[in-house]
Amino acid sequence: MSDNGNGDGGALAAGGPDDERIKKTGGLRQWLIRPELGGIVGVIAVFVFFGVLAGDSGMFNAQGIMNWSQISAQFMIIAVGACMLMVAGEFDLSVGSMIGFAGISIAMFGVVWGLPMWVAILITFAICMGVGAINGVIVVRTGLPSFIVTLAFLFILRGFTIFIPQTVENRTIIGGIEEAAEGDWLAAVFNTDLAGWLFVWLADIGVVDTFSRGTRAGEPVISGIPMLIVWAFVLVIIGHVVLTRTRFGNWIFAVGGDAQAARYVGVPVDRVKIIMFMTTAFCATVFACVQVFEFGSAAADRGILKEFEAIIAVVIGGALLTGGYGSVVGAALGALIFGVVQQGLFFADVESSLFRVFLGVILLFAVILNTYIRRIITGER
Amino acid sequence: MADPIVHMENITKHFGPVIALNGVSFDVKAGECHCLLGDNGAGKSTFIKTMSGVHKPTSGEIMFEGQKMNFASPRDAMEAGIATVYQDLAMIPLMSVTRNFWMGREPKKGFFIDFDKANSTTMSEMKKMGINLRSPDQAVGTLSGGERQTVAIARAVYFGAKVLILDEPTSALGVRQTSNVLATVDRVRKSGIGVVFITHNVRHAMAVGDRFTVLNRGKTLGTAARGEITPEELQDLMAGGQEMAQLEGSLGGTV
Repeated sequence: MSDNGNGDGGALAAGGPDDERIKKTGGLRQWLIRPELGGIVGVIAVFVFFGVLAGDSGMFNAQGIMNWSQISAQFMIIAVGACMLMVAGEFDLSVGSMIGFAGISIAMFGVVWGLPMWVAILITFAICMGVGAINGVIVVRTGLPSFIVTLAFLFILRGFTIFIPQTVENRTIIGGIEEAAEGDWLAAVFNTDLAGWLFVWLADIGVVDTFSRGTRAGEPVISGIPMLIVWAFVLVIIGHVVLTRTRFGNWIFAVGGDAQAARYVGVPVDRVKIIMFMTTAFCATVFACVQVFEFGSAAADRGILKEFEAIIAVVIGGALLTGGYGSVVGAALGALIFGVVQQGLFFADVESSLFRVFLGVILLFAVILNTYIRRIITGER
Repeated sequence: MADPIVHMENITKHFGPVIALNGVSFDVKAGECHCLLGDNGAGKSTFIKTMSGVHKPTSGEIMFEGQKMNFASPRDAMEAGIATVYQDLAMIPLMSVTRNFWMGREPKKGFFIDFDKANSTTMSEMKKMGINLRSPDQAVGTLSGGERQTVAIARAVYFGAKVLILDEPTSALGVRQTSNVLATVDRVRKSGIGVVFITHNVRHAMAVGDRFTVLNRGKTLGTAARGEITPEELQDLMAGGQEMAQLEGSLGGTV
């Protein structure tokens, strides 16, 4: 027979809802093919693991939670961009360099050249998203793999990040940002603690500790919810809604699933890809802003290896490296796993270099799991 | 008989020094299935890509419902009512049937896709084509090759195609899937859509074709209506006559 191994047209021929050749798929299997599965399992696993290992180390009191939440939120911000780009079928290896570049750019415009901080921030967003657009245009025009194009920008951006402050200021760390950003409305968007009253109240009822001495004696040790966490949540929610609920989101899946097929039905493939590169750059710049205003300084070596950490979080979150499949919520769970493990090893007093071993191992597991899930979805054997 | 929906007159297409099409004339009327036959390299693909707006002809005229047309992109041709279903590029396996069905023309409710409408329309349109989906969320990858072709055809019909171009829809399919796709072609034709059916399989063409045009080395060798030509004659025309006859003799008429 000329059956090509596709199981032939069983449903077509029988035409009834109860086709004997379609196996019943239970709820479990439906769950198995959700992209978030790996992330959910991983989150449960790391919480159980550190609950046992570091339960009494302060990791799960208010301060400890705030600690790993912030680290996770950082990962989430860049994972959102990387996830949507990966679903569109591309990578961006220049994210880490972009973070360093954006930080230095804010410091150069805002401190060294004395522009108002909000102007410096807007200029930086424009430049970085412009670089993202250049990445995208080169990829869609030349048809080169984004891997190689953005690898080039990894070096180009990092080079400029060191060269510019070195030439102008003769140093690669620029401080004084806190003073320059004093009272600036846009800087406040990246560096304010929200809902301080909540923590004052929590301190009153004894859930959160207070400082016992120093100038802030009596104040709660947590002054509010950092904008970092707010940004992470907002980006994850917007990313998730855009990807799953909107027309543009459908195009992102289509472009990553099969660019040619998408083109034939009129999806503007090139535009979608370029916008995704710009989104990734946007997320990297948000990351840089939060970091710069928190530290009060910019340094040329910031963000190294962040591109890979973002990609790993996305892959743990169930996205396929080949594009066309993935979940922003999954990527956020991947980022949470990251944050919890990185800080958890610290709380558990384990040598922190083991974090990298963990990263490598979990990456491998995630990719193998994803490949298996893809086979289930597409019915490949 | 009715005027043709699409009439292609003396189309030529050059790619640099290569002459892919060298004077091809072809038309398709409402409610007929016009088969375009030819061996590999005869220019079938180039020709349908010209018809569907992917390529611009070097010379020649494309008339659509009596008007001269100049398609700049596949989108233009689609909007005029020429839909093309490509053999392996029809569907994206990782995406659901609904998402594939509406790709590029998603129904909106405010900012968001109207999934209620999208899902129910997909289910009912697929039912019309004789496919009962388990769920509209089912990934296209879980469908068989024939079913995927049918989803693509249903999509084209739903979005108001007047001419449906099918690029070798049966060449990768098993026997039963093929007959299902051919039955779908018949159903589409009866609804008044003009079908252009590209194939190099004479038996598949004979099963549904009203007229047959053979393409060889970038030229049309002529058009014959059903009943005017035998499968053997078609086969000979496609292969360039002479050699095929000899080969067929040595293989004992099995080709």
